[in-house]
Amino acid sequence: MIHFVLLISRQGKVRLTKWYSTYSQKERTKVIRELSGVILTRGPKLCNFVEWRGLKVVYKRYASLYFCMCIDPDGNELEILEIIHHYVEVLDRYFGSVCELDLIYNFHKAYYILDEILISGELQEPGKRTIVRAVAAQDSLVETVKEQTGSISTIIAQASK
Amino acid sequence: MGSQGGFYQSKEFLDLVKSIGEARSKAEEDRIVLSEIETLKRRISEPDIPKRKMKEYILRLVYIEMLGHDASFGYIHAVKMTHDDSLLVKRTGYLAVTLFLNEDHDLIILIVNTIQKDLKSDNYLVVCAALNAVCKLINEETIPAVLPQVVELLGHPKEAVRKKAIMALHRFYQKSPSSVSHLISNFRKRLCDNDPGVMGATLCPLFDLIAQDVNSYKDLVISFVSILKQVAERRLSKAYDYHQMPAPFIQIKLLKILALLGSGDKQASETMYTVVGDIFKKCDSSSNIGNAVLYECICCVSSIYPNTKLLDSAADAISRFLKSDSHNLKYMGIDALGRLIKISPEIAEQHQLAVIDCLEDPDDTLKRKTFELLYKMTKSTNVEVIVDRMIGYMISINDNHYKTEIASRCVELAEQFAPSNQWFIQTMNKVFEHAGDLVNIKIAHNLMRLIAEGFGEDDDNADSKLRSSAVESYLHILGEPKLPSVFLQVICWVLGEYGTADGMFSASDVTGKLCDVAEAYSSNETVKAYAVTALMKIYAFEIAAGRKVDMLPECQSLMEELLASHSTDLQQRAYELQAVIGLDVHAVECIMPLDASCEDIEVDKGLSFLDGYIQEAIEKGAQPYIPESERSGLINMGNFRNQNHHESLHGLRFEAYELPKPAESAEPEPMYPRETYQTPVSPIPSNPSDAGSAELKLRLDGVQQKWGRPTYTPETSTSNSTSQKSVNGASAVNSTREAYASRKPQVEISHEKQKLAASLFGGTSKPEKRPATGHKVSKASSHMVEKSHVPNSSMEVAPEKAAPAQPPPDLLDLGEPTATSTAPSLDPFKQLEGLLDTTQDALAANSATTASRSPDVMALLYADTPIGIHNKDDADLLSGLSNPSVTNMAGATARPRLSQSSSKGSNPKDSLEKDALVRQMGVNPSSQNPNMFKDLLG
Repeated sequence: MIHFVLLISRQGKVRLTKWYSTYSQKERTKVIRELSGVILTRGPKLCNFVEWRGLKVVYKRYASLYFCMCIDPDGNELEILEIIHHYVEVLDRYFGSVCELDLIYNFHKAYYILDEILISGELQEPGKRTIVRAVAAQDSLVETVKEQTGSISTIIAQASK
Repeated sequence: MGSQGGFYQSKEFLDLVKSIGEARSKAEEDRIVLSEIETLKRRISEPDIPKRKMKEYILRLVYIEMLGHDASFGYIHAVKMTHDDSLLVKRTGYLAVTLFLNEDHDLIILIVNTIQKDLKSDNYLVVCAALNAVCKLINEETIPAVLPQVVELLGHPKEAVRKKAIMALHRFYQKSPSSVSHLISNFRKRLCDNDPGVMGATLCPLFDLIAQDVNSYKDLVISFVSILKQVAERRLSKAYDYHQMPAPFIQIKLLKILALLGSGDKQASETMYTVVGDIFKKCDSSSNIGNAVLYECICCVSSIYPNTKLLDSAADAISRFLKSDSHNLKYMGIDALGRLIKISPEIAEQHQLAVIDCLEDPDDTLKRKTFELLYKMTKSTNVEVIVDRMIGYMISINDNHYKTEIASRCVELAEQFAPSNQWFIQTMNKVFEHAGDLVNIKIAHNLMRLIAEGFGEDDDNADSKLRSSAVESYLHILGEPKLPSVFLQVICWVLGEYGTADGMFSASDVTGKLCDVAEAYSSNETVKAYAVTALMKIYAFEIAAGRKVDMLPECQSLMEELLASHSTDLQQRAYELQAVIGLDVHAVECIMPLDASCEDIEVDKGLSFLDGYIQEAIEKGAQPYIPESERSGLINMGNFRNQNHHESLHGLRFEAYELPKPAESAEPEPMYPRETYQTPVSPIPSNPSDAGSAELKLRLDGVQQKWGRPTYTPETSTSNSTSQKSVNGASAVNSTREAYASRKPQVEISHEKQKLAASLFGGTSKPEKRPATGHKVSKASSHMVEKSHVPNSSMEVAPEKAAPAQPPPDLLDLGEPTATSTAPSLDPFKQLEGLLDTTQDALAANSATTASRSPDVMALLYADTPIGIHNKDDADLLSGLSNPSVTNMAGATARPRLSQSSSKGSNPKDSLEKDALVRQMGVNPSSQNPNMFKDLLG
């Protein structure tokens, strides 16, 4: 099971946090501080895994952004790396070559997408197309309510249908 | 240009994000967020806020909460938002509550009703949003409120809904297994769902269920195998392919389930062999996902009933992992090796150099994983090298969590495989010295118990040697400043019990040291209490031995101080000490018998020793004691005793006594009294070791000898039989003993990997290279004496005694002959390589340590130190970028795309523009390292 997902920038700024296990606000801050201290200082050629408080944190850096997922000690780290990559690919497909700014300004979209990939800490959907379609369906429905034409998400969503 | 400017957020919100992006320090960021919180608090409670505005406020709340600030003032508005009719607003509300609320939050009760309504909605998107919230928010109490609806949704026409409903049930199962226990058939049914996504989701709850109770799901083995076969043969739609692998995530999940089902079940395992073998062949080991599946295959193979062919494939895969340049694969290889080694121990040997490389790698993660592997393969032959390495590493790290773990591992290994008492005590000393306050107090109690009981054999000589060496080393160690409290407790206790036992140290020496301890750690009451009790014991032993007690002046002043102590415990101990000193020899012997910490204390609850005294008193005309219940009735002296026994059995009795029955009193020595007199009761307070001993006993018994298998320690037949015996049960103490018996020559640590490898692996596998004699001498002589007590190892004793006496093992002793004999397969070139590698590794290690020294990145990055400037361009990028109006160079450089596949963007104009920016960035010297694209897709 995945306990939490963190997106941290190279400067240690938090871009997204999703907690599947219960952590109080105080613990969350502590976790983020501790982990960004460990992960951001790691060299480029080392493993993408860190053992931390009896759990394992798998991280991967994409440009200036670190994607981190914390799993149980008996999890398959390579699989988690691929889940991270899977998420990035879906983000990329959704935003159309995604960059950090997309996530900074549209963090809620990133959350919606994450909700389609992971649910209560488990991988819910391995099919990229299905996820994009699900998110697009929500968006397009939203747009019939509110006339938000011209949004890139609609264009992408319609194109990928 | 979807990214810049976001999706229709107000200028205000964009400015907020921008200013936080530009914040130079954590303090500045906090200031911005705090003023934002003020604004929101004011705005959000205004009446008649338009929905769209409200939605944005909620998102801003999410944002500040994400940054670690408290946004609880707005939770209620997020909850209200879930009630909204429009999906747009509702979705935001659900997102916010799932992020804000933990499952035990009070507000959840307000959402349950909405969720119930939404689960019934015609619009499947509403249902999905509600199910997402269910997974996060529904707790044990509220499960019944939504359970019927969730179950109904399992038959929903939309696969997305079915999938989420399955996951919700899975979550319910995790929270309260009993709530869904009647629904398990639904999971089985969903396994046959037409949609692979739903089937894949069903594997999650099934995995948990099977892990709980394997036997009820054995009938599914065939189904899982056939699903896995179909997946591997690409029968699923292309949509599930991931990097040319057919549905790898489903494969991994299935392999995990098969590993559970096949564990220890030959029949079930046999049905899996073909499909697992196929996957081994089909996996593309050049891609990461292929390796993830391969790794899962290895885990599966090492868990199910062993099959030689599969084990060979697994071994091949492991060697590919270990030989890879990627640290990730090396890590997985080490992990997989640790799994496979349980089944085929000989596999470790082929990879010894790779393992040593990993051990010396500057990467901490890899190093720790390797220590874990070493821990799994420790046996009596290599325990010294391994534990020594572990302690070395333990001293070098600051991470308390891991320090604790590695310390307890050292202790466990030392207890199990200790080659000699001397070594054991020294190892424990090191562990306690460097990680004393981190280790569990039980470990300290265990150590005291071990010293007190010896190693459970009936050889008093060896035990007393153990104690003397402990006392000696402790007296020495006490000279060092700042010892951990736990360690001091052990020291004080041992000094008290055995400080003067062997006559090597005089009472005044030991008491002097104890007084020093009490003085130096005067703020630590526990240590002081231990010290005072130890003093009492030593004085008592002195008195019992008929010597005159001269209290040292510092001791006297200590006593005076403690007699007036604020701590009642210390005060009592001091008074007790004072009282004991005043007693005569006989009394002291009774109170403080020498070395009696292991004796069971018998408590005479009948107080029979008072009988004579009572008799005397009665004869002098005193009234006999009448139990309260009988005071009004007739007194029968004969019954009185009987009653008394009865009472002592059950403690306080509040109901009236029955009239005595003649049969009971006539019973000749029934069970009752015996039980009464022999039950060892709680220890006297002055004996600290007994407090933990009951648990400690359990703990020791649980320790298994992990690598003592006959196959793994090929030795002479006699030692084989001994090690086998220890595997087949027997207490840990026993196996430790036996481990001594099978101990092999001392292998030395050198800086050359080959030698280290030899000491870790080589020694075990080449039995023919090992001379039959002359190698067990390193054992302390006490062991030989001791061994003669063990009847079936007498065969071994003879050659041992014949061998010339050698000094005790020196870890640094470079015995050339031993090295060559243990590592005969290594050629000189490899040794050279090894040398080179070590130096490189050492260099790398140096640089790594310096790099990792920066304590808090955040602080460093925010601070205006040179490092901050170093990172300036990145920060600038960001700030430049976050300003939507700026699309110049700075903006361009800050647009490193997260993914390389620009063609994927369906808007050609957009992707073109982004490409241009990237190119610009590539030539821009102030930009980030262009290498980052290596990290990107593909």
